Amino acid sequence: MSTPDFLLKGSTVTVVVLELHQYDSEAFPSLLSERVARAPGLFQGSPVVISLESLRAESDAVNLAGMLDHCRDQGLRPIAFRAVPEGLQDKAAQTGLAVLPPGGGRGRSIEVPAEEPAPDLEVHTEQQPVTAGRPTRTITRPVRSGQQIYAEGGDLIVLAPVSEGAEVLADGNIHIYGPLRGRALAGVHGDASARIFCQHMDAELISVAGHFLLSDALGDTVLRKPAQVALDGDVLSVSAL
Amino acid sequence: MARIIVVTSGKGGVGKTTSSAAIGTGLAQRGHSTVIIDFDVGLRNLDLIMGCERRVVYDFVNVINGEATLNQALIKDKRTEGLFILPASQTRDKDALTEEGVSKVLEELKERFDYIVCDSPAGIEKGAQMALYFADEAIVVTNPEVSSVRDSDRILGILQSKSLRAREGQEPVKEHLLVTRYNPARVSAGEMLSVADVEEILAIPLLGVIPESQDVLKASNQGEPVILNADAQAGQAYSDAVDRLLGEDRAHRFLDEQKQGFLKRLLGGGRG
Ligand SMILES: Nc1ncnc2c1ncn2[C@@H]1O[C@H](COP(=O)(O)OP(=O)(O)O)[C@@H](O)[C@H]1O
Ligand SMILES: [Mg+2]
Repeated sequence: MSTPDFLLKGSTVTVVVLELHQYDSEAFPSLLSERVARAPGLFQGSPVVISLESLRAESDAVNLAGMLDHCRDQGLRPIAFRAVPEGLQDKAAQTGLAVLPPGGGRGRSIEVPAEEPAPDLEVHTEQQPVTAGRPTRTITRPVRSGQQIYAEGGDLIVLAPVSEGAEVLADGNIHIYGPLRGRALAGVHGDASARIFCQHMDAELISVAGHFLLSDALGDTVLRKPAQVALDGDVLSVSAL
Repeated sequence: MARIIVVTSGKGGVGKTTSSAAIGTGLAQRGHSTVIIDFDVGLRNLDLIMGCERRVVYDFVNVINGEATLNQALIKDKRTEGLFILPASQTRDKDALTEEGVSKVLEELKERFDYIVCDSPAGIEKGAQMALYFADEAIVVTNPEVSSVRDSDRILGILQSKSLRAREGQEPVKEHLLVTRYNPARVSAGEMLSVADVEEILAIPLLGVIPESQDVLKASNQGEPVILNADAQAGQAYSDAVDRLLGEDRAHRFLDEQKQGFLKRLLGGGRG
């Protein structure tokens, strides 16, 4: 019996959904870059579905190809449009991206801390039930300034220091058995139950599911002490271990 | 088996060339045939510190380009038996050092020498990456200040991700921390990081601590590696470091403020 060269299988993945409410080609690039800058690492290289379901603007005025360029400039990887209105279907087809039917509204917003609400652009992820066990990535050497480590689809364990200027990310929890002096982002694809644990909390930035705190928010009770970070409702809380 | 040791730092002016000259000389003094290569194409500092600048005819790039043989370019040190220098060219641009060319020269040097010491240029870009690419060991030269420590941390990340050993998944490059221009009085005054601070942040084994000293400047001006000055603390500290590099146990010296000397009284009078 010959083995087939490939299999075609169905699968579910977690993606970032960029939900467009209004499109102003002038304002869009800066709005987007501002949004991405507030959640660095979160969107880098992420597959993105652009949902036009709640688009308010005159459909014909939207330059979809230009919008894709702006997204790619910011490190996003658009893979499909969703709920494309009549007037835009030709344009959407021309971009070569897939066109998906309207979603079931299962998405959950990622709150990127904003100085003011930005109603034009909302980013949320689709939570898919995790079926398989989550793979854990274990790092035994120091994570140095300028390096970035990402545990995709699971937890990250670091048995060494994370330097200032280094960044560790995980879809699940992050455990650091050494000083955390850089940035740690857990639940980067929206898992609000993810936590960060570390032996020596001296982080530049910590984040769970898109909620961020900077180093100046770390109080004396946790600074340079063993600590954990968890999301309590909408509030990121850091507590001593 | 020849060992390739890169002397690197990220930041410039921290003492890489001074340390390359001292450590290369120290290895040769202890009977290991050694060549020091200047990777700082365009600046060419090593030959000055080794006092052989007037004997440079051909250089590293000439050898890579096949314009000279290794024998023509290698300069034999006049003071220390078994020590050679391969100078950098002052005129050519940095792209002259290709991976293929460097690899070929290193292979040839490995046949003849026990130790190949590579004096890296500053920065974390191409030139510095080329100097560390083939390394078996790295001496990371760090001054006790925040920006230098940060740059050392970056170069350590590059060593463990972009070196040949990392690329091929071999045993990682062996790391050594060398703290230079250490001034215990300024550490006590809180103006500099302590050795313990630097060790704690970089988390690699300490090879040595070289005190800040006028003797180093004098030595470079005379074109004599400071390790040859057995009376100078900096020279003694480099000697200890070479012994440790060769696996010997040596207690660290010159870490604490010296008792009130003439200079201290002179300089310290105005403080407070
Ligand atoms: N231990 C030291 N004490 C005082 N001056 C030093 C010391 N080490 C290096 N220097 C001085 O610092 C300057 C830069 O040193 P160099 O070895 O050329 O650094 P790099 O190769 O890292 O650029 C030189 O003027 C050198 O004499
Ligand atoms: Mg130099």
